[in-house]
Amino acid sequence: MICGEALQSYGLRALGFGERLLPRGEITLCDQVVLIGSGMIWNVYFAVLALLFGFAFAVLLAVAKNTPSRLTRKPAEWFIFVFRGSPLFIQFFMAYEAFVMLPRVGVEFELFGIMIEAETRWFARAWLGALIVLFLNTSAYTAEIFYGALRAVPKGDLEAADAYGLSGWKKFRRITFPTMLRLAWPAYTNEAIFLFHATALVFFASFPAFQQKGDALYYASYFADRTFNPFIPYPIVAVYFVIFTLVIIGLFGAMNRRLNRHLPSEQRPRLRLRPTLIR
Amino acid sequence: MFEYCSDPDTLSTLNWFSCYLTNGAHFRFYQSFLTVFALLAVTAPISLAFGFAAAAASRSHVAPFRWVGKGYTAMVRGVPDIVFFLFFVLVLDQGIEYLRHIVTCPDWDEPIRQGANFLVCDAARTPQSTSPQWVHEVYNFALAVFTYAIVFGAFCGNVLFGAMRAVPRAQLETAEAYGMTRRQTFWRILVPQMWIYALPGLSNIWMILIKATPLLFLLGIEDVVYWARELGGSRTSAYQYPHPDWRFWYFLGLLVFYLSFTRVSEIVLARLTRKLSHGQATMAGEDMRKAAA
Repeated sequence: MICGEALQSYGLRALGFGERLLPRGEITLCDQVVLIGSGMIWNVYFAVLALLFGFAFAVLLAVAKNTPSRLTRKPAEWFIFVFRGSPLFIQFFMAYEAFVMLPRVGVEFELFGIMIEAETRWFARAWLGALIVLFLNTSAYTAEIFYGALRAVPKGDLEAADAYGLSGWKKFRRITFPTMLRLAWPAYTNEAIFLFHATALVFFASFPAFQQKGDALYYASYFADRTFNPFIPYPIVAVYFVIFTLVIIGLFGAMNRRLNRHLPSEQRPRLRLRPTLIR
Repeated sequence: MFEYCSDPDTLSTLNWFSCYLTNGAHFRFYQSFLTVFALLAVTAPISLAFGFAAAAASRSHVAPFRWVGKGYTAMVRGVPDIVFFLFFVLVLDQGIEYLRHIVTCPDWDEPIRQGANFLVCDAARTPQSTSPQWVHEVYNFALAVFTYAIVFGAFCGNVLFGAMRAVPRAQLETAEAYGMTRRQTFWRILVPQMWIYALPGLSNIWMILIKATPLLFLLGIEDVVYWARELGGSRTSAYQYPHPDWRFWYFLGLLVFYLSFTRVSEIVLARLTRKLSHGQATMAGEDMRKAAA
């Protein structure tokens, strides 16, 4: 099997299984590909969970920003401004310092019949702390996209909904929300790609990698430092990211087709992907 | 800075802070904000130039130019920029040393890559190990600027290419009807008109460039993030100004700095958009014309 040995010792190294020591001395290409690939587990974990939670929160924020009442509008506007107006890098640093300052207490609670011991210490770990930052960040960016789409929902659709006697929650669920989602989807695809790329910052922005359990870039820079040869590890990271970006494009493209399946085929908006930008 | 600062232990809170915030290390912290502005001031025009060249090349009728232009703008797609940042600086550093090595030490017979080591002769070390500290700092800064310019130049190239295509066909056809050459049409009609179409994209990139400046820290430059971490860390009583871990407050300061910077940029860019819309064949330009008439 290709890279069998490396796969056995480093396949799940980023999660703490397998060989304890990272490869040193003679570093093979296999080691690099496998270890960086195992780091990608973290990137995918952060991206998937932040996008899932961020989506729900962003819908709330967008609706809140669209309400006429200042009481709900202002907090949403400020939240979006703060998280979109400042560098993610600084947000990571700040959040880490804030989480470290939390008093150390443990709570025990029962969830679905299982006793869980939660500790505030967890906030200072990447798996929770960085996830929270990414979640808040993507919520803000997504909310702005959804807000824009909400403003762009055709007047005729809403009037037609009124004419059918739909109102309140039912109107939102059956007319406003699906149209908003359909309009926002191409931009939201870009946001998903950005967020995925932003996960590369986690282990560079303060959250320490315990027992050298890090993400793809963490291992890539480890190899670059060790071999003084950036030409192998960084392109490996790049290739992994390109592959996963294509997966995102594929999944979101399928969703885009589903959202627009009722439209005549020329009118369907196509996903137009912009080059990736940092936030 | 102030005279009463000679013995900080005896000071009241307010005076203590006035001394603490004006000590030598803090002035270097304030100077690092200038580094951020310097980076922006240097990088923005260079990346715009890179982007302009890339966009013009992508439109070229000569195939190799077009490939270079398109390849360059496509390069950034799909790869996180931070990978570029970390990668390019190392590559540039090693590339420069390697080229100088070939020129200065032609009779060096050992291989440059010896296992895990990158070895060039002493004369090719850039900058020279004997050169003063500021040369090292300037060299690192220049590498960082070049890296930023390459990455952001590709973004600008993408935006400008789109903007060039957005200029109404009729304008270009009119130019051709007047007998202008391709070159004349490009410089006299296309370039002056494309900015209004490019501005939304360019202002986006500007915002992103501002928010990318803390990444300087990763390139080993003593920027605002470096100093915030350095100064915020807890100080024991062995130091002149002992304090607990204040990094959170320093980062809060940086957050506020960046928020106000992006806010000011937004306002300025909105004004610039108004100014550029003047006399354009767009809805905004038409509205302005009607309002004036």
